[in-house]
Amino acid sequence: MTLAIFVVLAAVSVISALLVISQKNSVISALYLIVTLGSQAVLYFMLGATFLGVLQIIVYAGAIMVLFLFVIMLLNLKRDEFGPDRRKGQRVVALLLTIFLAVEILAALKIGFPGHTALAGPSTVTGAPSEVARSLFVDYLYPFEIVSILLLVAIVGVIVLVRKRI
Amino acid sequence: MVPLSYYLVLSAILFVIGVIGVLINRNAIVIFMSIEIMLNAVNLSLIAFSQFMGSPAGQVMVFLVMAVAAAEAVVGLAIIVVIHRSRESINVDDVNLMKW
Repeated sequence: MTLAIFVVLAAVSVISALLVISQKNSVISALYLIVTLGSQAVLYFMLGATFLGVLQIIVYAGAIMVLFLFVIMLLNLKRDEFGPDRRKGQRVVALLLTIFLAVEILAALKIGFPGHTALAGPSTVTGAPSEVARSLFVDYLYPFEIVSILLLVAIVGVIVLVRKRI
Repeated sequence: MVPLSYYLVLSAILFVIGVIGVLINRNAIVIFMSIEIMLNAVNLSLIAFSQFMGSPAGQVMVFLVMAVAAAEAVVGLAIIVVIHRSRESINVDDVNLMKW
């Protein structure tokens, strides 16, 4: 039963990811991206990471996608702005290279890393907000503070970038 | 319970789809969406490893990746808006001033 749910979610996320990269209209791409992010949030719930599943929906499917849609609306793009591809060869080379990359990653997964034992199996970690928060604020407080500075730098940088006059 | 390798294979497939999207698209916004797909693929494998190892460290890392992804999306979209303001286009082929 769990496996069936996993297969359905995996199929939904892979198909909608393929639709994201193959649409002509950016708005439709953004809507399919919400589908793939949402199905990944359900996968997080299945793994037991409830806090990050909620965060995925709020931050990604909520905030970041609103930002994307807002920029698409702001720029008012025409549907046929991107005519025929001027470099046909680039697309063929890109597909060959990505097939090579896929084979490489799957081979790495198949072979594994020598010297490391296989993981035993599903653990008792729940991924509830309390456990993640304890790890975040006790063991990883320093990276957490650095991220706050990063977000501040992003805010200031964006204001400097889009300002009309210097 | 679904085995760990299934999650890793799904993560690898999604990552490769993101790479294809970056390489074959010329719309800068769709390229950004492909980058988000890649970041999410990595997040999925981090959470799977974290749950199977029994350590919440991977989930903390995913939290940090989400914050960095938000900052990256904001700055990148601001750059796209500025490029559109000066060149009236977000086709990445038109942005070639610094290209050899």
